[in-house]
Amino acid sequence: MSNDINKVEKKDLFASGHRACGGCGQALAARLVADAAGENTIACVATGCLEVFSSPYPDPSWRIPFLHSLFENSAAVASGVEAAYKALNKGPVNIIAQGGDGSTADIGFQCISGMLERGHNILYVCYDNEAYMNTGIQRSSFTPFAAKTTTTPLGNKTGKKNMPMIAADHGIPYIATAAVDDYRDLQRKIKTALAIEGPKYVHILAPCPLGWGHPGDLTIQLCRLAKETCLFPVYEIREGKVTNVRKIPIKKPVEEYLKLQGRFKHLFKKGAAAPEVARIQEIADENVRRFNL
Amino acid sequence: MLRQIEGSEAVADAVALCRPNVISAYPITPQTHIVENLASLVAKGKLKAEFVNVESEFAAASVVLGASAAGARAYTATTSQGLLLMTEVLYCIAGMRLPIVLTCANRAISAPLNIWNDQQDSMSVRDAGWLQLYAEDNQEAADLHLQAFKIAEETFLPVMVCMDGFILTHAFEPVDVPDQKEVDGFLPAFKPRHIVDPRWPRGVGLYADPRFYMETRYILHRALEKSEETIAQTSADFARAFGRQSGGLYKTYKTKDADTVIVAMGSVVGSIKELIDRFEQEGRRVGLLQICSFRPFPRRAVYEELKDKPNIIVLEKAISLGRGGILASDVRWSFPRAEQARRYISSFVAGLGGRNISLDDLRYMVERAEKEPVEFEFLGLRKEIIGDKDL
Repeated sequence: MSNDINKVEKKDLFASGHRACGGCGQALAARLVADAAGENTIACVATGCLEVFSSPYPDPSWRIPFLHSLFENSAAVASGVEAAYKALNKGPVNIIAQGGDGSTADIGFQCISGMLERGHNILYVCYDNEAYMNTGIQRSSFTPFAAKTTTTPLGNKTGKKNMPMIAADHGIPYIATAAVDDYRDLQRKIKTALAIEGPKYVHILAPCPLGWGHPGDLTIQLCRLAKETCLFPVYEIREGKVTNVRKIPIKKPVEEYLKLQGRFKHLFKKGAAAPEVARIQEIADENVRRFNL
Repeated sequence: MLRQIEGSEAVADAVALCRPNVISAYPITPQTHIVENLASLVAKGKLKAEFVNVESEFAAASVVLGASAAGARAYTATTSQGLLLMTEVLYCIAGMRLPIVLTCANRAISAPLNIWNDQQDSMSVRDAGWLQLYAEDNQEAADLHLQAFKIAEETFLPVMVCMDGFILTHAFEPVDVPDQKEVDGFLPAFKPRHIVDPRWPRGVGLYADPRFYMETRYILHRALEKSEETIAQTSADFARAFGRQSGGLYKTYKTKDADTVIVAMGSVVGSIKELIDRFEQEGRRVGLLQICSFRPFPRRAVYEELKDKPNIIVLEKAISLGRGGILASDVRWSFPRAEQARRYISSFVAGLGGRNISLDDLRYMVERAEKEPVEFEFLGLRKEIIGDKDL
């Protein structure tokens, strides 16, 4: 790991040649995370897209040690790795547990809570693409309001579970949100997290062209729009206090973000915006108030 | 040194003597005393290990999985619902060839909720790829743990030591717990393989598509079959080092000249031996084949021991609902097909949910099966509760 936390790291510890779709936000995020963490790192990965496209026997993409067992236990497995390192007097080593939004917010929620609460020296990274993409775009509790998935064909009826705040309520020392468009910011947060002793949580917005219904070359632009429309606030939480909020001086209407995505297409039929769009704008406005964007 | 101690304490002491690096568990009756004792040993500094208090048995199994994959000697203990909650991880641990040791303090499965002893829990996960060793008494329960780590680390297969909940875990008996030097001489330091370590980056737990998956299952199956030798050898080594017979694949009691042989596992063999002695005084010959290793199932040995016996009775504390006896199925399968047809193998299930198995029950069982073979019967059923309804 470089001492300069603002330096963009390009080490290819997560190698090319994996099987992700073109424009996959998660593949990009996983590479940025691995490169920021450096060679002295163990990746404990949950079952999901990332695991499937990067770890088929006999050709995994990882140039750092990679450990996978199940969908919902990467945080507990990482806890075991950390305990082993302590017991065997090995290390120091960066231990990063990672998973998608399904394994973070839903099926693996309990294991993550346990890991955060016990105070393990582990960084948990959530790659948030807002649905179960690996199994064919089903709703997760990170699926945004009104988004269509294969199990919410009429649009999702509830909003997004606020995982960073839930993590914060565990009283852990560091939490951050980031998106894959801003390499420098994302990698700085990974390096910052790894320099802090104790449990850390980094939440990364990782667009999925297949699930969101956008061309692969719009992945970066959608991250920017998610921030600029204030639907995805970017901030850090240190010792319980929200800090380092990325300000959005010129706030764009949510339509600009929604209209580019197939999952929100049903909101713009018949020329006019559906009432759900106004509700989504309220969610963005609430973020502005809450985080003083 | 012989000490009058609780079974759980004996097991905790034996586990501590094996110097595990990481222990993780979630409390569940009747496993609690084992992990409480271990937590206390760690807190007092008598055992140098990381003790990870987790939020569920699922997490406990996942923690020891991670610890073992990182090169630690890892241990957990559970029972009943906890074992079922671990099930998904148990299969993974075996598939990943992680030599973890688990104590199952055998208990019934819900519903209805019941905290008392039977062996439905461990027998329900018999196909997970774990070795399963069943203890007769607390001395054997303690000894089996010393052997379990050795067997696991030689075969790279996980080992489940099964001891009857309450009947053993909470019973005070004299147990000889060896000293550290003796155990260190018997159990070498753990030499892990395929671990996650940045010095040798590699993938552990990759997925296998249809080109590779079947071979991994075949290799695992063969490893379990071949572990019969390791189990037998470890028991022999143990006898040499500690001067007593514990574990192994199976044991026999007074089977020579006996026409009737009872097959059973776990603490109930104590009662069966008592009955056999009484029968002997009455001039009747009945023997016992005690299965210690249920997985791998020592099919050839079982056949050799039983092939000349006209009357075989299998008694077990678990049931495959809609099918019948599980151990009985395995015993029947041990006979070549041609011999199965002319073999009387009676199958009894008993002691479910802590129902006492009395000597009268056992005597009835033997006399009933000697009269005519019994396809399958619940022993000690209270007819007055069921009533006269045709179930």
